[in-house]
Amino acid sequence: MIKLSNINKSYKIGSNSLHVLKDISTEIEEGELVSIMGSSGSGKSTMLNIIGLLDSFDSGTYHLDNVLMSNLSETKAAFYRNKYIGFVFQSFNLINFKNAMENVALPLYYQKVSRKKRNKIALEYLEKVGLREWADHLPSELSGGQKQRVAIARALISQPKIILADEPTGALDSTTSIEVMDLLKSVNDLGITVVIVTHEKDIAEATNRMIYLKDGKIANMEKA
Amino acid sequence: MFDIDKWAEIYITIRKNMLRTFLTAFSVAWGIFMLIILLGAGKGLQNGFANNFNDDAVNSIWVSSGQTSIPYEGLQSGKYIHFTNDDYDALNGSIEEADHMTSRFNRYNQVATYKSESSTFSIRAVHPDHKYLEKSLVTQGRFINDIDVSQARKVAAIGELVKEALFKDEDPMGKFISISGVSFKVIGVYKDEGQEGEMNYIYLPVSAAQQAYNGQNRVNQIMFTVGDANEEESAAIVEEVRQQMASRHNFSPADQRAIYIRSTIENYMNIMNVLLMIEIFIWIIGVMTIIAGVVGVSNIMLILVKERTKEIGIRKALGATPFSIISLIVMEAIVITSVAGYFGLVAGILLIESLSSLFTEGWFQNPEVNMTTALVALLVLVVAGAAAGFFPARKAAAIQPIVALRDE
Repeated sequence: MIKLSNINKSYKIGSNSLHVLKDISTEIEEGELVSIMGSSGSGKSTMLNIIGLLDSFDSGTYHLDNVLMSNLSETKAAFYRNKYIGFVFQSFNLINFKNAMENVALPLYYQKVSRKKRNKIALEYLEKVGLREWADHLPSELSGGQKQRVAIARALISQPKIILADEPTGALDSTTSIEVMDLLKSVNDLGITVVIVTHEKDIAEATNRMIYLKDGKIANMEKA
Repeated sequence: MFDIDKWAEIYITIRKNMLRTFLTAFSVAWGIFMLIILLGAGKGLQNGFANNFNDDAVNSIWVSSGQTSIPYEGLQSGKYIHFTNDDYDALNGSIEEADHMTSRFNRYNQVATYKSESSTFSIRAVHPDHKYLEKSLVTQGRFINDIDVSQARKVAAIGELVKEALFKDEDPMGKFISISGVSFKVIGVYKDEGQEGEMNYIYLPVSAAQQAYNGQNRVNQIMFTVGDANEEESAAIVEEVRQQMASRHNFSPADQRAIYIRSTIENYMNIMNVLLMIEIFIWIIGVMTIIAGVVGVSNIMLILVKERTKEIGIRKALGATPFSIISLIVMEAIVITSVAGYFGLVAGILLIESLSSLFTEGWFQNPEVNMTTALVALLVLVVAGAAAGFFPARKAAAIQPIVALRDE
C-alpha cells in the first residue's frame, strides 16, 4: 500500500540545511496498523506528512497503492489526498466556524457530493463515533476527546484506504487516549491501513508494528 | 461558478464570520458612499458656478461704432462711424471663424402697450443668431427667425419680465402689443439665466424695426461667437474686423476709437479655467477616494487570507484543489464588495438626491451623480477586492499544506 524508497528530506533554516529524513526505505501493507515512533525531532512527523502528500521530499521514490507519487501538481495531490487518505491531527484541525456535522461532511464537498446527501452521511459517521447528539455543536463546544472523534469521523467519511494519525492522543488525557486508540483499532479492523505517529510507548505498543526513527533513520522494524 | 453548493459554502462562511464580513463590507460601502458624496458636491459647485456665469460663458466678439480719433486721407478726426446692414453682410460673408452672427439695432425706452397695461422697455432689433450671444432660452413659442428678418415681419419675442408686466397671467402668444405706436405680434417668450435685467427686453427682427422706427439700414452693433478660439486666434479675428471696417468706412486701421471691438475671450477663458479646475478637483478627489478604497479592501483581503491560512491547510488536507480554494476566496470577496458597494451607492445617491432639492440656486446647486462614474468606481473596487483576494489566495493555495497547517 505504501512503499518508500531512499526518501531524503531536508529543511532550509536560514543558510543551514537540516537533513530530517536520510534514505528512508520502508513498506506498509494494506490493512496494517503501524506506529512510527521516535523522539522529538527524529523526523517521524515529516515522514507521515510525506506519506500523506502534505509535504514534499527531495529525492527517492514513493508509491501509494502502486502509483508513483512524484512531481504531483497540487490539484493531483488534492485528488489523491481526498481519495486515499484520511488525516487525524494532534490539534484536531477542525474548522472552527463549522459545526461537527459540517466538519465531518467537508471531504465529501470536495467529492461533489450534494449538501443534503453528505450531511446525511456525516450524521451516520458521527453516530459511529458516538457523537450523533453533538452534530450541531461547534468545535469550541466540544471536549478534546470529542473533537478527536469528530476528526476521526471526518477522516473516515471519504472511505479512504489509509488513516494517518499524527500524535492523535497528544492533546488528550489517558482515559480518552485509550478511547481514541480503541476507535482507531476498530477502524483498522475494517481493513483500513492505519499509521500512527507517536512518541508514547504505550500508544505504539497498542499497534501491530513499530517503525522506530532515530535522527532521520529507521533504527529497527521489529514487531512490538 | 453556478455551483449552488459553492454558493452555500460562501454563504456559510460569510454568515459565520459576521465581524470580518461587516468590516470589509463597511469599508467598501463607505468608500463608494464618500465618492458619490464628493462627486455630487463637486458637481453642485460646478453647476452653481457655471450657472452664475452662464450669461458670459460665450466666446464672442462685439463690434460697436465710434468716432474717429486720427485724421485719415484728408478727413479730419471726429467723424462718426455708422454701421449698416452692408457691414453685417460683409462680416457675415468673410469671418470664417464666426459660428453665429447678428447685428443689433437698439431703441431705448420705448413705451409698449397691451390693452390697458403699458410700460417702458428697451428694444433690441436683431438677427435670429442673437439668442446664442445672450443665451436667451425660449420658454414659449419661438425666437425671431430668418423669415421674420427677410420679410420684415412685425413680430416680437418678449422677455419673461415683459410678459409679466404687460400680460400678467394672460397667454401672450399671438397677441399684439403696441411699441411706440407700431403694432407687433408676440411670437415667443424667453428667459435668461444670467442677470434678471436681460429678461426686460423686447426682441424684434432687425429689418422690421429699421422700417418701423426710421432706422433706414443702420445697425448699432455687430457681434458674433467664435467657438473655442484661443486668445491668439481671437486677437487675429479682432484685427481682421478692424482692417475690414477701416477700409469700408475710410478710417485709419490704427485708430482704436473709430470702432470699439470687445472680445470676451479673457472672461471666457477665466470661466473655462475655473470650470476646468473644478473638474480636475473632482477627478483628483474621485481617484484619491478610489485609491483609498482599493487600499482598504486590499488590506482587509490580505488579512482575511492570512487569517484563513490554517483553514486553507485543513481544506487542502481534506482534498481541496488550489482552484477550489482560490475561487472560494475570490468569489466571497466579490460577493461582499459588490453587495456592500451597492448599498454605499444607493445611500450616496439618496443623500445627493435629497440635497439636490434643497440647493437649487446660488454657488452650490443641483448636486448630481454621474451614474457611469459611480458604477465604474464600484467595478474598480470589486475588481480590486477580487485581485486582492486572488493573489494571496493563490499563494496560500500553492504552499505545502503542512506549512499552511502550522500557521497559527
